[in-house]
Amino acid sequence: MSRFEVVKTGASASGDQPSTQKKLSHRGEPANPSVQAMQQKFGGAVKRAEVIWGETVVYVEPASVHDIIRWLHDDPSQRYDFLSDVTAVEYRDSEVPIEVVWHLRSLPFRRFLRVKSQIPKGQPLEIASVYDIYRSADWLERECYDMFGIRFRGHPDLRRILMWEQYKEGFPLRKDFPLRGRFSRSEQLRQALAQNPEARYSMEELTIADAFAELPNDMRERLSKGERTGE
Amino acid sequence: MARRTVEVELSTTGLDAQGRPQRVPILTDDGGGGLALQAPPGIEPDLNGEHMLINIGPQHPATHGVLRLVLELDGETVVRCIPHIGYLHCGFEKIGEYRQYNQIICWTDREDYLNSIGNNVAFALGAERLFGIEITERCKVLRVIASELSRIMSHLVWLGTFCIDIGAFTPFLWAFQRREEIYRLIEKWVGARLTTSATRVGGMAADIPSGWMDGLRQFIRTFPHTLDEIDRVLTKNAIWVGRTVGLGVMTPEEAINWGLSGPMLRASGVDYDVRKDFPYLDYETYDFEVPVGTNGDVYDRYLVRFEELRQSVRILQQAADRLPDGPVNIDDPRVILPPKSKATSEMESMIHHFKVVMEGPRPPIGESYFAVESPKGEKGYYMVSDGTAKPVRWRIRPPSFVNLAAIPKMVEGHLLSDVIAINASIDIVMGEIDR
Repeated sequence: MSRFEVVKTGASASGDQPSTQKKLSHRGEPANPSVQAMQQKFGGAVKRAEVIWGETVVYVEPASVHDIIRWLHDDPSQRYDFLSDVTAVEYRDSEVPIEVVWHLRSLPFRRFLRVKSQIPKGQPLEIASVYDIYRSADWLERECYDMFGIRFRGHPDLRRILMWEQYKEGFPLRKDFPLRGRFSRSEQLRQALAQNPEARYSMEELTIADAFAELPNDMRERLSKGERTGE
Repeated sequence: MARRTVEVELSTTGLDAQGRPQRVPILTDDGGGGLALQAPPGIEPDLNGEHMLINIGPQHPATHGVLRLVLELDGETVVRCIPHIGYLHCGFEKIGEYRQYNQIICWTDREDYLNSIGNNVAFALGAERLFGIEITERCKVLRVIASELSRIMSHLVWLGTFCIDIGAFTPFLWAFQRREEIYRLIEKWVGARLTTSATRVGGMAADIPSGWMDGLRQFIRTFPHTLDEIDRVLTKNAIWVGRTVGLGVMTPEEAINWGLSGPMLRASGVDYDVRKDFPYLDYETYDFEVPVGTNGDVYDRYLVRFEELRQSVRILQQAADRLPDGPVNIDDPRVILPPKSKATSEMESMIHHFKVVMEGPRPPIGESYFAVESPKGEKGYYMVSDGTAKPVRWRIRPPSFVNLAAIPKMVEGHLLSDVIAINASIDIVMGEIDR
């Protein structure tokens, strides 16, 4: 393995060096050309598209999210090779469905696209993972699950990331979650004191190292009873 | 391990017959006339395949905050790495949903606290897109100055702590000495050092005081000397090269797929820089280069960040030369506070003052994702508005969070001591990762 070739961004883009966007109008900017190609390719799975402040938003069916993003990544005329962000939005109006948002960038074409999928109210919060397309989705999807409780189907390691594993209060960024947390301060303190500070490793970590036999007796007993340690 | 030739100067304190520093080959000959770094064939004791579990952090100076790494070791080689984060989680995004836009700016200070003024600028730009505001020319240039000063500050902290992690102490002092000068400049401008809250939606909290540009110009003039000094001590130092070359290699395809951004991505040979590819603040009119590495290892990340420091000085020089006169804030009483003297003497200004403070400016319904090139990488603020004074959703796209996610990939197969170097090369800030 030796020196890499430098990958030039904007290699496939037409036109000159991009410049700062000025005087954007709220709804009147031209749409990203990828939208038309998506509508031709996927038809009804692409529900609608709109342009807000020069950023194109495409609403797609939850069932075909994975196919569409896979196509956007692989197709030589799109090449959205960079996943900036995966997140979700819940609105204050409880009638409006929760949206999962992917921010995609095409480095060769210098394009930016926001793909959104609405999960209807009352349905389980579940959507396909894009982990197999973008490895950057790994932690981003874990965070989205941690904060909103959205399960990403096909993610190999979907567990909490910012909150600890035994966190029982729910999903903090949901609108029904109060700002100060669900439990009182005294209950939070009680739970924190009830944690076992000795149990610093998760079961998974202990098994990979075969260190189980060297643990203190009481800890081994508790683990053998199935107690999950977490952090 | 990648074989690579680096010309090494500072390998010994001895002198040769000509009185020049003697070069002692601590590196092996690669057969082609150059010196190549190659792990000497060590004799390892037979461990019968027994693996050990090592816990680094969360309270460890080399983890740059409260990062915890659980490492599975085979002898001294890392077989597996499981990072744990979240020890500093404060729920910034949740709090942002209960705050007006100008109040959120104070939270952006505390998130990536090495780059606080740069975060202020990024957030204000995102909010202005959501409001549909065009800022003034003077404000643009001031924000460029703020962003680049903060990039230098952040890179200097990274450089200093990276040196400490690898065992060099002197460059740390040099770097922090210069950083202190920038802090003094920032303090003169906005009154605070770390938690700057320097911007407002539609402008800045304050214009620069008189004589401030002289201080900036003096910094621009003297700072490259420090860079040269650090360069001379580190770049061709045999210990430095030996501790950094060939570690944590990411190929361009891997780096893009893992979502790396900023110097991490550019060290892997992808010239993606938000300032060039999706410009903001008229960055396309400034003359600067985007340094790109060719090996994707820790040494290249060092070289890329080091060159970025020099390029930031170039941008600062151009910005200082072109700073136009004129107002800093836009002329719109619905978003900008009136001057205090007017607010206490004119009825209309008092009403505007009351409305802006108590109710807050209201953007139209919509959303915006605004990404800037922070010192760590692509930092994006995604805001969704439902027409009220508080955002429905405020999302931070944290570059070091995504960069850190690649650490298992980078450290596996390397030695335990190299984990520290690789971790330091990512340039993480736990405040931003945990938010």
